[in-house]
Amino acid sequence: MKTTLLAAGLLSLASMAIGETPVLTVLTYDSFTPEWGPGPLIETGFEATCRCDLQFITAGDGAAVLARVKLEGVQSEADVVLGLDTTLTADAAATGLFAPVAAAENTLPVPFSEPNFVPFDWGWFAMVYDSTKLATAPTSFKELAASNLKILIQDPRSSTPGLGLVMWIKAAYGDQAAQIWADLADNIVTVTPGWTEAYNMFLEGEADMVLSYTTSPAYHLIAEGDATKSAALFREGHYLQIEVAGKLAASDQPALADAFLAFLTSDEAQAALITTNWMYPAKTPSSGLPQGFETLIQPATSLLFSSAEAQAARGPAIEEWRTALSK
Amino acid sequence: MTAARAIAAGIAALILGSAALLAGQAQTWALLPADLAAVRFTLTQAALSAAASVVLAIPVSRALFRRRFAGRSALIGLMAAPFALPFVVAVLGLLTIFGRSGPVNMALAALGLPPFSIYGLHGVVMANVFFNLPLATRMLLHGWQNIPTERFRLAQSLSMPPSAQFRHLEWPMLRAQTPGILVVIFLVCLTSFAISLTLGGGPKSSTLELAIYQSLRFDYDLGRASLLAIVQFSICAGVTLIASRLTLPDGLGSGLQGFAPMMPAKGWRRSADIVWISLAALYLFAPLCAAMIKGLPGLADLPNGVAAALARSVAVALGSSGLCTGLALCLALAAAQDKNRWIEVAAMLPLAASGLVLGTGLFIALRPVARPEDIALPITLLVNAVLALPFLVRLLLPAARQMNANYGQLAQSLGLSGAARLRYVTVPLLARPIGYGAGLAAALSMGDLGVITLFAGQQGATLPLLVQQLIGAYRMDQAAAVALILVLASFTLFALLDYGARRYADT
Repeated sequence: MKTTLLAAGLLSLASMAIGETPVLTVLTYDSFTPEWGPGPLIETGFEATCRCDLQFITAGDGAAVLARVKLEGVQSEADVVLGLDTTLTADAAATGLFAPVAAAENTLPVPFSEPNFVPFDWGWFAMVYDSTKLATAPTSFKELAASNLKILIQDPRSSTPGLGLVMWIKAAYGDQAAQIWADLADNIVTVTPGWTEAYNMFLEGEADMVLSYTTSPAYHLIAEGDATKSAALFREGHYLQIEVAGKLAASDQPALADAFLAFLTSDEAQAALITTNWMYPAKTPSSGLPQGFETLIQPATSLLFSSAEAQAARGPAIEEWRTALSK
Repeated sequence: MTAARAIAAGIAALILGSAALLAGQAQTWALLPADLAAVRFTLTQAALSAAASVVLAIPVSRALFRRRFAGRSALIGLMAAPFALPFVVAVLGLLTIFGRSGPVNMALAALGLPPFSIYGLHGVVMANVFFNLPLATRMLLHGWQNIPTERFRLAQSLSMPPSAQFRHLEWPMLRAQTPGILVVIFLVCLTSFAISLTLGGGPKSSTLELAIYQSLRFDYDLGRASLLAIVQFSICAGVTLIASRLTLPDGLGSGLQGFAPMMPAKGWRRSADIVWISLAALYLFAPLCAAMIKGLPGLADLPNGVAAALARSVAVALGSSGLCTGLALCLALAAAQDKNRWIEVAAMLPLAASGLVLGTGLFIALRPVARPEDIALPITLLVNAVLALPFLVRLLLPAARQMNANYGQLAQSLGLSGAARLRYVTVPLLARPIGYGAGLAAALSMGDLGVITLFAGQQGATLPLLVQQLIGAYRMDQAAAVALILVLASFTLFALLDYGARRYADT
């Protein structure tokens, strides 16, 4: 027994000496890596072909991931950064820490051209409601504002969906955005710091509608067999959130990083992301979308600021939101 | 004394240093117009919450002090439970009771009354009272228990009416205790942002801490974040100094330890006591039970990582509680002897520290020497210990002052010092607050979700982080079940430490 252990030990030492397995480090948000998240599936899938060790390091959410990239600068041990969205990419690119990557084929509803990033999933923001409690949903923000419906939203200063909503109204209404917010003020039950609080409070019956994604009802339908949740289709169109990954210029594994980014848009990774992140795939896998997704609403118009427009609009739009709701 | 000075300096360096590190990397220095509004709202909600918690805690702790009933001990013990709840779970518990479809609104509807909405400044205060009333009650209860029994006996033999008894015995104790308790709760509420925002109803309820979060996370404006942190520290130091000047010794002298309750009041006073205790119990435990019952169905389907996360959380909580208790004892003994108020101010500083600023500062400082993932648990242990320190010092300080006044000269004349003094004088006299404090530190550490989110890697999740991740992935049942395990584990730790010390003090 002892000799076997010793031999095994020596063997592993020897293999370490001959060729250490290269490590690819991916920095991502912390909901990516748990056992129920996409992380484990992506890790197994990529390690099967890469002859490398894929390791994740995490920071709270997309904004926290970017903050960590900025804090660490070129000292970061990360090779790939995964989980920024299009409201953050202009900021991220401006750091100069990201390297250009090969464009990947995609099935996004809008054209995507950012030289430093590869999209891996996306979703439309939407107001989600319980169809057993609300027979007819409003079909626009104006209709919503004129109704007595109570809604829960997130704070654009601390949450990405919250920021998405501010961008949505700005993109749809431009100069009228402040008026829309003023009209919506009496519909808003409260503004929560993150998606988590708002969505749970909605499930507890604290409001008629909550800001989430058009794909949220798919989770309840597919994972829980619950068909009562729906998303309201708005005439002015729906704002998009596109989640992207990028390669750090200071990476010591640039080839592996490129291989990983290519793997992200493969059928295997894309199929895994749909039912773990509950978003649309950036490139629909050949197997198509899972059963249940055909029940979701399909907005005719997709709204999205370019990353530069988003960066410029963010500060003023948040201030407009704050002023309108502080009265 | 030198040890205490070193600890105080270390804490100040850690807390102020983290803000300084941020400032060192800043590009610009400016506050936004919204920040002034945030300062105003922060001060208002913190002051109202502190006042409400303490005003309510006075009759509740007095009733608990003079009544004996089945379950009293358990009730007092359970009073640390709200602290261990992750914020989201606590808010959902409160909403189950006070929300749109909760029993309160159903009862109002049945009576034909307009519905009650919890959203607004009053909701923020209600949530803060939920978290802090137990703390205020326990702190005041220690005050009542420290009034020497002999004084009550004397008052009774002199046939003092209850009002005179209150004026001569209880009022001096309250006068000595309440400023410190008000400060602690004010400072706890000062740095809360999730409660204010979630229940506040909109951006007019934004606090300083939210502004810090925004500037660090979204805007990456380190200059603004450090300015905001400095504003928070200044408020903290100012309030602590004012309160410490208002604090007077109670002058009640010493008695033989071990206490009989003061003569239980009869008639309407008895009924009033019962009403106060029932209301407080209902207010604290209805939301708590609601949150825990939600966790039952999910227990059958727990994620694999629960056991490991539980082990990590408990290990960090025990380590942090031990460290914190040792440091707090050292600081409280020194502050009780020394006329210099700065040790006390340093001990209160962590309450004004934003967890995010502290974590980011540590991240900047330690990043060059270690991988964040490798040091996540030791850092969490250290930070949790430091963040719980103000509570423990606040708990121990009044008792330590009283001990010095009553036994200081005796111990000195007997030449008791060092370990012997600790063993024969300090620990026996301070056992109650030490036990409660150690339990509280453990519970606070169990429920904490601050620094760990900045440092934890793929494998380092603690229970609150696990709850957060589960809720974020729509897995509400599992999240509620893990939260239930969290509350049970943290309550067990608390009860072992607190009950153990109470048993020790009673023998």
